[in-house]
Amino acid sequence: MKQQRAIAIVAGRLVTPGGIREGSIRLVDGRIADFADARDGDEIVDAGGRLVAPGLVDLGVFAVDKPAFRFGGITRAALMPDQNPPLDYAARVNFIAKSGKPDLWVHPLAAATVGLAGRELAEIALMRDAGARAIATGRHWIADSGVMLRLLQYAAMLDLVVISHAEDGGLGGGAAATAGEIATRLGLPSAPAEAEALAAARDIALAELAGARLHLRQVTTRGALDLVRSAKARGVAVTAGVTPAHFMLSDLATMDFRTFARLSPPLRCEDDRQAVREAIADGTIDVIASGHDPHGPEDKRLPFADAAPGMAGAETLLPMTLTLVRDGVVDLPRAFDLMAGAPARMLGVEAGRLEPGTEADIVLIDPDRPWVIDCRKMAATAGNTPFDRQPAQGRATAVWKGGVRLS
Amino acid sequence: MTSAESSRGATGPVVSQSAGRFPSGADAFPHRDLLGIGLLARHEILYLLEEAEQWVALNRGAAKHTDRLAGLTVINAFFENSTRTLLSFEIAGKRLGADVVNMHAAQSSVKKGETLIDTAITLNAMRADAIVIRHGSSGAVALIADQVDCPVLNAGDGSHEHPTQALLDALALRHALGDRGQAGDDFTGRTITICGDVLHSRVARSNILCMQALGATVRVCAPPSLMPVGIEGMGVEPFHDFDRALAGTDVVMMLRLQTERMNGQFVPSAREYHHLYGLTARRLAQAAPDALVMHPGPMNRGVEIDSDVADMIDRSIITRQVEMGVAMRMACLDVLTRRRRRVEGWA
Repeated sequence: MKQQRAIAIVAGRLVTPGGIREGSIRLVDGRIADFADARDGDEIVDAGGRLVAPGLVDLGVFAVDKPAFRFGGITRAALMPDQNPPLDYAARVNFIAKSGKPDLWVHPLAAATVGLAGRELAEIALMRDAGARAIATGRHWIADSGVMLRLLQYAAMLDLVVISHAEDGGLGGGAAATAGEIATRLGLPSAPAEAEALAAARDIALAELAGARLHLRQVTTRGALDLVRSAKARGVAVTAGVTPAHFMLSDLATMDFRTFARLSPPLRCEDDRQAVREAIADGTIDVIASGHDPHGPEDKRLPFADAAPGMAGAETLLPMTLTLVRDGVVDLPRAFDLMAGAPARMLGVEAGRLEPGTEADIVLIDPDRPWVIDCRKMAATAGNTPFDRQPAQGRATAVWKGGVRLS
Repeated sequence: MTSAESSRGATGPVVSQSAGRFPSGADAFPHRDLLGIGLLARHEILYLLEEAEQWVALNRGAAKHTDRLAGLTVINAFFENSTRTLLSFEIAGKRLGADVVNMHAAQSSVKKGETLIDTAITLNAMRADAIVIRHGSSGAVALIADQVDCPVLNAGDGSHEHPTQALLDALALRHALGDRGQAGDDFTGRTITICGDVLHSRVARSNILCMQALGATVRVCAPPSLMPVGIEGMGVEPFHDFDRALAGTDVVMMLRLQTERMNGQFVPSAREYHHLYGLTARRLAQAAPDALVMHPGPMNRGVEIDSDVADMIDRSIITRQVEMGVAMRMACLDVLTRRRRRVEGWA
């Protein structure tokens, strides 16, 4: 599926790295050609003043879920290695790298260790050559510091970023909630928020030692964010990510044992939620991802602690991040850098920004369009969203992948 | 005759004390289920305590039987092993004349992979009139209650709540105080110290909520490894030093320490735990002169409580708690099934 005809999207508000630019954009042969008006023979799309933005690059999804990605304006997704079997073998990585094309590009993340067990290094170079764009520790932290150091050294040699789940396993194992009044009232197994800071501190120290690039996939506590902030200030190549749940919700959302709010890391206290918003505003957080992890009722209609953690996030990534713009936390170009530009740079792919020469992955957005999130009507394979029945604003109205319109 | 007594099967000598003191009919207790003390208002707790009094009287008589729940089926679905609570609910149901079925779910199809929801749907299809559930996961009982049409009683869910235990504790305490001529509708001005594995204890959580609702000041005491974070948010004063916690306290409520917590994971050993947190006669002397001693049972004698304290005739009300357990559960089953029995004012 290739772009047959040049497309000119006119009368739009283009979200470019340099700022919002009123005007038109031309897509030719699957790439962005220039910011120019339509020429003869172009297919013309009238944006009607809506936002024309880069397709979102979702860093760290757990399932390839095209309908949900299309709904959410996601054109590329980096797939976590926690698959069955895990992505710890080059042939599997290669299969996944080709699996979504042409309408979705899936960038597999190589498992850091064999079977994601945290003990032996996986064949990272072979997986890189098979299409892996980064290395990930999966849902769990690597407990053995020696293994983690050797992984980071190896990754630095290969110039691959290591995406780590920062939660100390000794403290966090078996926990379903963050230690605090809510977990205590509900009687839920919990871990202190410091489990995240401890893991982040160790991983940052080891990355600094190894001279490696480290991305902490979800940083959700004030303590860990302070560590990232200070590491960045002294020049460590560390980046941080978060999902909308942790800047929109606190542990209050778990009060009725609703398992859609059973997440990993668990929802934090209000102060940590505010810390995440501050960290997004000051640049400590680089990436906002959906953490898309659809689970059906067989995994979610269980007692809270027994339910699988995770949320179907692809459809709500865009509207929830746009709330940060409306709240004045970030401006529009930065919002799209969080959702598209930064993850694309991390993966080393030519996408994620509106710039001549890059892939024509475009999403047309009506930023004011109101809708209500409804777990029963999701495009995702499962509707386990903690935002169920919440009003939202902003929606993708059209998506182009490589210059080909998907919806 | 009260509305409760006009129900099918009410028998002679049982007299409810609650007429006139509480809202009439279902307004006195508008809940379908009994899932936790946290969902109850103070007057609703008092109403259940008052309703239990008639069953205390019945149980102390020669003929411990009524056919108030005749024809109704009560299923005790215990997904977690229990002897005392199950027995208490079974006796309660039978003394009310219900057909009582015990389902030991830990040994049943749940082990074959049947989900909790499926089990709930199955129980519902069997047209139970009340289901009593114990489960090892917090929130599990509420999850089942959403799936069934009949009243659900929480007999303990994970570390969350064990409401009938707190209600029976309140009833036992009220009786013990009454025996001393200190009867009152509430525990205002009294200090209750709960000591032990507060972290994992549903009994502690329900009792904190219940005793506070009835006016008491509640202290909790545990080593840091067994003290939940943020417990002070529930309005209690936390202590690690048992002697300090006991100072001037009116009631000492000890919690059972599970054997698996004694092996160095949470406390170094049972011996060391007893050294710091065991209730001895000497330690009890720190409390108010006539302080009462409670324990939900079964006790680890020599670990959390010494035998000479557990068996103190004038201070320990542990066996009275067991007695009140049956009456309290009879009251809960009676009240919660009134809609089904179409009792006047409840239908």
